[in-house]
Amino acid sequence: MQGLLTVYGENMSKFQQYILNKVFWFLFAFLIALIANFILPRLIPGNPVDAIIGQMSSGGGVSGEALEKVYAAYIAEFGLDKPLGEQFLTYIGRIAQGDLGVSFARSPARVQELIAEALPWTIALQLPAILIGWTLGNLLGVLAAYKKGWLDRALFPTFMFTSSMPYYCLSILLLYFLAVYLRIFPAGGGYSYAVSPGFNWTFITSALEHYFLPFVSLVIIFVGGQALGMRAMSIYELDADYVRFSRSLGVGDNRIIFYIFRNAMLPQVTGLALAIGSLVSGALITEIVFGYPGVGTLLFRSIRQSDYPVIQGITLFIMIAVLLANFFVDIAYGYIDPRIRARTAGER
Amino acid sequence: MTADLNLQKPSAGARVWATSLWHSLQSVFSPRFMFGFVLMLLLLAFGFLGPVIFNRDDPMEFVGLLYDPPSEEAWLGTDNFGHDVFTQLMYGTRTSIVIGLIAGSVATVIGILIGTVAGFQGGMVEEILMALTNIVITIPSIVILILLSIAFKTRSIVGMGVIIGVTAWPWTARAVRAQTSSLRTREHVDVARLSGTRTLSLIIWEIIPYMLSYIVMAFVLQLNSGILQEAALSMLGLGIDRGVSLGIMLQWALLWESVRTGAWWAFIPPTLFLTLIAFSLLLLQSSIDEIFNPRLRRS
Repeated sequence: MQGLLTVYGENMSKFQQYILNKVFWFLFAFLIALIANFILPRLIPGNPVDAIIGQMSSGGGVSGEALEKVYAAYIAEFGLDKPLGEQFLTYIGRIAQGDLGVSFARSPARVQELIAEALPWTIALQLPAILIGWTLGNLLGVLAAYKKGWLDRALFPTFMFTSSMPYYCLSILLLYFLAVYLRIFPAGGGYSYAVSPGFNWTFITSALEHYFLPFVSLVIIFVGGQALGMRAMSIYELDADYVRFSRSLGVGDNRIIFYIFRNAMLPQVTGLALAIGSLVSGALITEIVFGYPGVGTLLFRSIRQSDYPVIQGITLFIMIAVLLANFFVDIAYGYIDPRIRARTAGER
Repeated sequence: MTADLNLQKPSAGARVWATSLWHSLQSVFSPRFMFGFVLMLLLLAFGFLGPVIFNRDDPMEFVGLLYDPPSEEAWLGTDNFGHDVFTQLMYGTRTSIVIGLIAGSVATVIGILIGTVAGFQGGMVEEILMALTNIVITIPSIVILILLSIAFKTRSIVGMGVIIGVTAWPWTARAVRAQTSSLRTREHVDVARLSGTRTLSLIIWEIIPYMLSYIVMAFVLQLNSGILQEAALSMLGLGIDRGVSLGIMLQWALLWESVRTGAWWAFIPPTLFLTLIAFSLLLLQSSIDEIFNPRLRRS
């Protein structure tokens, strides 16, 4: 009993070490990301406020006095007159409070409000597309690998083509053929301009109509990539000793497919987690193509308007999501992957 | 003196270089490779020789008005500025491929450098280099690309290539490190080390030749993703600020609503060419992969 407990305790501490190690690297990567996010936009010749003021004055309609006021307000708001170290600390302090600053172009709207407005659209578009594409892709992949023959010969080149196709190219072609040429679907936006967002039937049908094309274009691309990965993994597993051994023992086909599926799934699960992590950044351009009111469109507009706070807010947001997904994958691997479990348990 | 001696020494590395060359020659017989290869050649010829053959020397020349449909003058019509789309397509293909080549080369060179040094030296050096690699891998490259691009006031072709390359190397570095640390313990490396070969030539002649196939594959993948990253950045409004690339063509076509107004000649050609480039490179990569990984070959 005593011995068992100490072994258990040692195991825990090794596993805790593994987790601590991962937490440390997560925080370190996060710090680097924060620094990059802070420093890089400040390398712009002059300063961002100059750029935005230049734009405002060239647009006319703003008097010189008002401009000066705006300038002073922006400089104070961003603390651009203070030393860099102090600016960085202010920056971190604000982020810790969930404040990403004021948008240049749509002042006085705060950046986090703009992102919060756009984010539900992006999530509603991407999350179902990722989940459905992932499931479909894995099933088709393992099927193509196991059945071989005509199914594989038909599916493999198709998947090769759709997964090699840049996702935005497919979006553009779908938009043109189905929405402009055949006029089956609306040609962009998140909902018809004739309806106003609300929880009513006309709005929901309009939103669904506009939802279909970007959704399908994302699913097609995702299915292709997943199926190729799963097919390759399954072919590799089909050749593995345990499959030959099971076959020679007379184990049934379905059971072998299940074994293969389970073993080939591990990297695919990672893929799913990482895809969910890059949910925000994964379809930026699809949104632009369809004029879908998500984060991609917001980013596009902000780049055109040199709205640096919003650009920075979005990049920060994307980084946090991706880093968190990576972190959780690492932790989950510690539990799932027998090799890591064995190493942390000191069996190897 | 030592250099002379080295030359006379029958190097196993040189033999392996030759063998891998022979292997890649053999791969010519795979139809998939042939298809990808010929497609790539055609695209290259179109981009690099096209302007000479068709005698178009200025993609920025105004030949018509906004979205003129295809005609005898302008085979693929005009874009939103009145430029000839056909001419733009040739120069755009060239620019996109050049940016991809620069990005791919930068990424591959950095990746090999970090990967071999980490894998060969081991210990503390390896720990630090791989920690760096893992961090750069986790930070999404599109974010760094966006931040870098807005930090530069002017963005040239070379600049774009380098920016994309410096965010893309970690994958190559990881693969190269894994290969290096397994190759390091091979006998021929020990023999070379014992005969007093210096670390650098050890890496060049005894390590790199043995993983040439991986490096070529990684380069093709990097080239592909470089071209696509450039297009994506351009469509976000962060492309090169002078000249034309396939991504720039798409950016203007989208911004000036060519899709919704039905001016297909403005957006179909760049879309198609980006897809063809990506498809041919993927075919090349996967056929090379099959040659060096017999397990993937299906009868």
